[in-house]
Amino acid sequence: MSEQALPQPATSRLDTLALEREIARLIVQGLNLPIAPEQIDPDAPLYGEGLALDSIDILEIALIVSKQYGIVLRADNQENEQIFRSLRHFARYVAAQRSK
Amino acid sequence: MPAWPLFVHERPESIVAYRDGAAIDARRFLRDVRVLARRLPCGTHVLNLCADRYRFAVAFAASLLSGKCSLLPPAHTPEVIRHLQLFAPDAFCLTDDADSAVELPLLFYRDGDADDADDAAADAAPWSVPQIGAAQLAAYVFTSGSTGAPLPHRKTWGRLVQCVRLEAARLAPLARGGSAILGTVPPQHMYGFESTVLLPLQSGGALCARRPFFPADIAAALQELPRARMLITTPVHLRSLIAAEMALPGLDLIVSATAMLPANLAREVERRYAAPLLEIYGSTETGQIAARRTAFEDQWRLWDGVRLEWVGERCWAQGGHIEQPTAIADILELKSEDRFVLHGRTADLVNIAGKRSSLAHLNHHLNAIPGVLDGAFFVREDAHASLAGVTRLAALVVAPTLELATILRQLRQRIDPVFLPRPLLRVEALPRNETGKLPQHTLRTLVAQAAARAPHLFA
Repeated sequence: MSEQALPQPATSRLDTLALEREIARLIVQGLNLPIAPEQIDPDAPLYGEGLALDSIDILEIALIVSKQYGIVLRADNQENEQIFRSLRHFARYVAAQRSK
Repeated sequence: MPAWPLFVHERPESIVAYRDGAAIDARRFLRDVRVLARRLPCGTHVLNLCADRYRFAVAFAASLLSGKCSLLPPAHTPEVIRHLQLFAPDAFCLTDDADSAVELPLLFYRDGDADDADDAAADAAPWSVPQIGAAQLAAYVFTSGSTGAPLPHRKTWGRLVQCVRLEAARLAPLARGGSAILGTVPPQHMYGFESTVLLPLQSGGALCARRPFFPADIAAALQELPRARMLITTPVHLRSLIAAEMALPGLDLIVSATAMLPANLAREVERRYAAPLLEIYGSTETGQIAARRTAFEDQWRLWDGVRLEWVGERCWAQGGHIEQPTAIADILELKSEDRFVLHGRTADLVNIAGKRSSLAHLNHHLNAIPGVLDGAFFVREDAHASLAGVTRLAALVVAPTLELATILRQLRQRIDPVFLPRPLLRVEALPRNETGKLPQHTLRTLVAQAAARAPHLFA
């Protein structure tokens, strides 16, 4: 019963935070980014301004999350703008879609 | 005066393109071309930025029929657009992006322009494919050059047609008949322009309007096409297909260009997709000039009629579709009249994910930023390649009054983002030798020292 009493959103927020940190590390490593993972602002855009990733990076990220989490990204997904809005959004998408 | 047809499809019902899973025949293509041609403004230079490959082909053909010249610059940064406008003050931009920020007069491509009257006229008119004079100037393709201004290279219709027909002749024995051609490269760059737009028009094949990006997109786009299927792509996309272990529908021919394809990757692609993989060699200046089956041979065979010759320190290409003798920027070893081995690029040239530039050009832009006292780009040979096989450039800069973020923002206005330095490092002075040169090994030492100070910068 005490487990039930834990508010569900708090648990998933902790999970998402851990996942966020893991993805930040994978991205910095995989893309050779000249910053530390914890320097990525989880609310800043991944594309353009903010982290300033380009399309090759997005392709690299697709390969990383396909290998790591079994996620298949598609360019014609209507949600892409939402998914790549920030590290936080991206982590949420990974959490919802992951198959491994 | 000799002339070449806009396309070689003989009947009005021949398939010219596939778009959203539907076939588009030659009659409908020609109708769309004529409707658009009537809307074009009077400027004689067109920057065709249509992302949809069918629209790009219609826009290119309409421009050609109207005697207009297409402009294909190496990037579309504000700086490049400013130079284009100086080069051709009457230039306008034809685009299918409603949010285009290109600072040129814009003409928006509309799909629904043709009406019933146009259809009736197209049905009633006797069938004939437009012929275009071989000498007509069809395009200026630009390289980035070593200073700020992109360098124009003239392409006449006749030379373009000749080049892709030589390509078609080389692909034909491997391609097993007419092909539906899918490209992962944009039509705005020379390789994509030749192989995904002109090649289908001049070989009787069909182009695919899509430009798939992720591995799963490539699989889905191929699924929409009938056999025989041809995939026009790059080492980056091939590596990502393999890394993602992506299954693809049956392929009949794969073509790669823009960067050197490693032989082991070529073998893996041939094995996994059970299709021949042909690698094409060319440049913006010469167009395509040679090909090889990289999994099985290291020698390249030239297009028929093209010859290479060493004069002094440089190798020159001429003959075939090449208008005038053109220096080759790579280091080639001639093996026979029509065969050569490629030993790499001259030191100044860089190729990141298939995009080409020169260190001189990038250095010019870095040093043109107000507040930058000195700066230099270099190739990072220490960095490990990523999953897609891409290694980025690095740069050192002397700019005591500027934030690094400011420098990066300025560079983004001037150069293609693929060349942005990773990392950009601040130093007090560049280790120039007595002639002012920067030996690459000294640069690497400096980077190694910086890496020791800040290991997280160098994953």
